[in-house]
Amino acid sequence: MITLDNIHKSFGNNHVLRGVNLHVDRGESMVIIGGSGTGKSITIKSVLGLVKHDSGSITVDGQDIDTGDRDAFLARFGMLFQGGALFDSLSVWQNVAFRLLRGSLKRPKDEARDIAIEKLRRVGLTADVADRFPSELSGGMQKRVGLARAIATNPEIIFFDEPTTGLDPIMSGVINDLIREIVVEMGATAVTITHDMTSVRAIADKVAMLHNGVIQWSGPVSELDATDDPFVRQFITGSADGPIEAIR
Amino acid sequence: MKLTAPLAALGRAVLALVAAIGRVSIFTANTLSHIVRGPFYVRELLGSIIQIGYFSLPVVGLTAFFTGGALALQIFAGGARFNAEAVVPQIVAIGMVRELGPVLVGLMIAARVTSSVAAEIATMKVTEQIDALVTLSTNPTKYLTVPRVVAATLVMPILVGVGDIIGVFGGYLVSTQRLGFNASAYLQNTVDFLEFTDISSSLLKGAVFGFIAALMGCYYGMNSARGAQGVGQATKAAVVAAAVLILAANFVLTEVFFSA
Ligand SMILES: Nc1ncnc2c1ncn2[C@@H]1O[C@H](COP(=O)(O)OP(=O)(O)O)[C@@H](O)[C@H]1O
Ligand SMILES: [Mg+2]
Repeated sequence: MITLDNIHKSFGNNHVLRGVNLHVDRGESMVIIGGSGTGKSITIKSVLGLVKHDSGSITVDGQDIDTGDRDAFLARFGMLFQGGALFDSLSVWQNVAFRLLRGSLKRPKDEARDIAIEKLRRVGLTADVADRFPSELSGGMQKRVGLARAIATNPEIIFFDEPTTGLDPIMSGVINDLIREIVVEMGATAVTITHDMTSVRAIADKVAMLHNGVIQWSGPVSELDATDDPFVRQFITGSADGPIEAIR
Repeated sequence: MKLTAPLAALGRAVLALVAAIGRVSIFTANTLSHIVRGPFYVRELLGSIIQIGYFSLPVVGLTAFFTGGALALQIFAGGARFNAEAVVPQIVAIGMVRELGPVLVGLMIAARVTSSVAAEIATMKVTEQIDALVTLSTNPTKYLTVPRVVAATLVMPILVGVGDIIGVFGGYLVSTQRLGFNASAYLQNTVDFLEFTDISSSLLKGAVFGFIAALMGCYYGMNSARGAQGVGQATKAAVVAAAVLILAANFVLTEVFFSA
């Protein structure tokens, strides 16, 4: 469904992506792992066109992302950003219903609010947070609101950028389970970025490891522990010894 | 050091300037093209009008009032050197309406509005809120830039008009209370002396300065570098650029309107 073919991206002298090849099938949950600053966020942002790749091609359902109607393209996606990226000038429900309040998916206000509250409930938040502002919420609640916003219009494809970073282990577990459940019940295609191995095991069908600007290894999660790829081994054991330099 | 080093440095500075002018021009053209194409975010526009217009009234009023008062004192003292104290109402009116009203209100708006717009948008940029807007199928130019630029362009003539009136009133108050002018004669002189172009140029300057102030805030905010430092840098650069461009535009407009 999503195919990245030989993607390159540099910022000045910083050659971040050096030929990324990745394929995600429909309905599959792909998890991208890798150290911080290796270009995981840049990879998924280039699929959405938020970052323009320098060379290579990205297709979704065989169609190049630079062709076709951009609104219709974006309407197929939901994204949970690393820091939540909630709009702090808007209340929680208006964040969740953002897409339902304007543009091509616009609904009457009451209906949009009802959908927002239903989505909030789906991520474990009660209706009384709907009228609060993002700055009044804890980190875990903000993540949940971001999650609710990402799924508000039942998108076919959902991207999660470090959904558990900055959360305590219990909250991380809750978010991992939520992501898994939601992806399964919506039948969505999911790409999750993380460096949390618990998330990998909870969420992934397939795993891809990004290092040095390329996908070093990819395969089903069941093969993750058996692989003798030294990069993956070092990453999952969290060891300072190995091919990945500990100081970057 | 090679003999050509200063030339190379000069060349680089000129190239950087040309590139910056190019980027600002593209940003401006893009903003203008979105102003005339829907969808329009009316709620955001109204919010910006309140923020930029209504909440700027106190600072505009205070600035204009004190400036008008000081202007009257100066003209009285200066005029006394050649027995021309009587020109205070006329010069206060001309000075406030043609120059000081629009320029000072413009600079106050650069301080108050450009800074807050730049900091707000830059923060949105570094916290990925701008990216989030795009993924939610909302064009950031339409949703953030257009409402602020349109609001500032619409409300600035009003703010400048208010500033002009309060500035003249400041001069009037000082003149009648401290300098012994006759109240009704002062007002009569002011009204008789001002011409239509004095007022229309003042309001037009306001519109142009408002456009510049909001545009610079949005431009530097949208192009902010990452991190808290990026936000600080963007805010500073936006205010400086807005202030300098407002003063430059003021010179050009004055030249156009009043050079006989
Ligand atoms: N807008 C940008 N300008 C310059 N460099 C950037 C930008 N965005 C990301 N980078 C750089 O690209 C690299 C990869 O970033 P990112 O994809 O965010 O990493 P991560 O794998 O942690 O998500 C980093 O070295 C980062 O400094
Ligand atoms: Mg990242």
